Amino acid sequence: MGDVVPRIAVDALTMQFGSYLVQRNVSFEVKRGSIFVVMGDSGCGKSTLLRHMVGLVKPAAGKVLYDGEDFWAADDDRRADISRRFGVLYQSGALWSSMTLAENVALPLAQYTRLAPSEIDELVSLKLALVGLRGFENYTPSEISGGMRKRAGLARAMALDPDILFFDEPSAGLDPLSSRRLDELILELRDSLGATVVMVTHELASIFAIADDSVFLDAEQRTAIAHGDPRNLIRDCPHAKVRRFLARGETAANVA
Amino acid sequence: MARPASTAPVRAAGSAAPQIRVERTDEGIVRVAVSGTWTRSATLARGDEALRAVSAMSPPGRLQVAAVDLEGWDSTLIAFLLRLHAAANRAGIPVDWEGLPDGVRRLVELASAVPERAGTARSGERASLLAQVGGWAKSMVAETHDTVRFLGEVVQALVAFVRGRAIYRREDLVRTIQETGAQALPIVATISLLIGLILAFIGAVQLSQFGATIYVADLVGLAMTREMAAVMTAIVVAGRTGAAFAAQLGTMQGNEEIDALATLGIPPVEFLVLPRMLALALMMPLLYVYGCFIGLFGGYLVGIGLLDLGGQAYVDRTREAVGMTDFAIGFVKSAVFGAVVAFAGCQRGIEAGRSAAAVGQATTSAVVSSIVYIIVIDAVFAVLLNIMGI
Repeated sequence: MGDVVPRIAVDALTMQFGSYLVQRNVSFEVKRGSIFVVMGDSGCGKSTLLRHMVGLVKPAAGKVLYDGEDFWAADDDRRADISRRFGVLYQSGALWSSMTLAENVALPLAQYTRLAPSEIDELVSLKLALVGLRGFENYTPSEISGGMRKRAGLARAMALDPDILFFDEPSAGLDPLSSRRLDELILELRDSLGATVVMVTHELASIFAIADDSVFLDAEQRTAIAHGDPRNLIRDCPHAKVRRFLARGETAANVA
Repeated sequence: MARPASTAPVRAAGSAAPQIRVERTDEGIVRVAVSGTWTRSATLARGDEALRAVSAMSPPGRLQVAAVDLEGWDSTLIAFLLRLHAAANRAGIPVDWEGLPDGVRRLVELASAVPERAGTARSGERASLLAQVGGWAKSMVAETHDTVRFLGEVVQALVAFVRGRAIYRREDLVRTIQETGAQALPIVATISLLIGLILAFIGAVQLSQFGATIYVADLVGLAMTREMAAVMTAIVVAGRTGAAFAAQLGTMQGNEEIDALATLGIPPVEFLVLPRMLALALMMPLLYVYGCFIGLFGGYLVGIGLLDLGGQAYVDRTREAVGMTDFAIGFVKSAVFGAVVAFAGCQRGIEAGRSAAAVGQATTSAVVSSIVYIIVIDAVFAVLLNIMGI
């Protein structure tokens, strides 16, 4: 598309809680329509990075820019406007447990649109059908399985047709087939809605199946040590650690 | 021996006690030989001598560990060998595991392969008294700051509510009203009845000495309306509803439900805290009125049943003693208590950490701080009313 301004730019971001440094000086750009993966070993701060990007935690230093606009420099109203374009799928689905699936998906619609209740119902049924949960409208989150909760969470994240979808470990805890279906769904969403996807995961199968760009956070050096398409990184990355990670510890030559 | 010890641990094989032999050679080599049955069920061999011998060694030396007539082993042997290994590492001497069965050697290697991650060891050492006091003071400041900020958010949410802009679901408000109000009636009734009875008994013991038992009606009436009904109802509700609020919101925090609201631009305080506070501030005065009448009824039962007072006389005396002001005081107090209990419960819940233990702590501290708030506010009311002379 030849965009000059990236959809998301993270610029010299430092994440810190009190005196505990999580990551420092992390910079990367996410192109429009890309499926971008944040990877790294356990405990390196991947989910924390996501929480900084969606506006839950203010960075200790550095910027997060959306279409060139500094998210944290904007005032509250403007920030709310920007974040209305986000859809976030949390690790556990994070459905509101006192509401049915339909009410979960309907809440953002009721909040930010002027649709009539019957129109909202139609949209809710559509979103639930897209994730394979047709007919589960009146179930509460405790009555369905973990995989279904995750899919329902995705339906809610898609409620407002967001431009940017954030996923926190979407395939964690899913069986291989469900995980594959979710990958296909993510690809489909990107292609049909033109959304940009940012995904925290260390599921190698998903990474190679759908990601086209990535950043690797290192827990020891506490910063990003590699960027790029994971399919290239596994061969060309100068850091042996990244190659080993992507090859699941086997020598890169056998896999690539 | 049923199987060669080199393949797998042999459990409960022979009965020979585990033994350690330590030999020192002239070239600075220490040989440690383990034998017998090394299992959890066998009596443990004391490895102190071997460890001391290894610790006393110095670099040019060498440690050789071997199995001699080893009849069976499990993790107890590996644990001992690891201690030897650590002692040898500290002394800076190489260890030769050649004489051990393959399985033992592989486990020792596996356990010592990943070095301890730097910075993960936590010292169990206690800080000095001064540091403890300092830490406590700092955490008090931080906690007060959090409470004031939460209070500010609640006030903002209330302003939004008054202006009709608050985002919450009416169903949630209605459901919370039902849970905190109607469903609390039985427990409030039980407690209030008993409090009424107890007050009447205490009063009767004293007043009967002066032949003034009719004033039991005054005592029960004033105590229930001004103090006991409001305070006891609030304490029951703190244990029942305040704890429930903290547990609900704490679990929602752990489940990222509160983050999900925030990223949608829905203020969690408006959506979750506001309906709970409104429900409790509305229901608590009603529970108070209910508790009052039940408590007065308890006093009445003691009055006519045990003190031989006339029913009509007791009722008349109560009406004379208790004015609308006394009711109004209890009513206003209980509305404040309701808001405070909901505030403490919601605050602890929202600020809870993301684990099951944290939810438990949040619940406990919600109840404790509610009760402290109730008593302190009651005392403030007592002082103010005294100054105002009502």
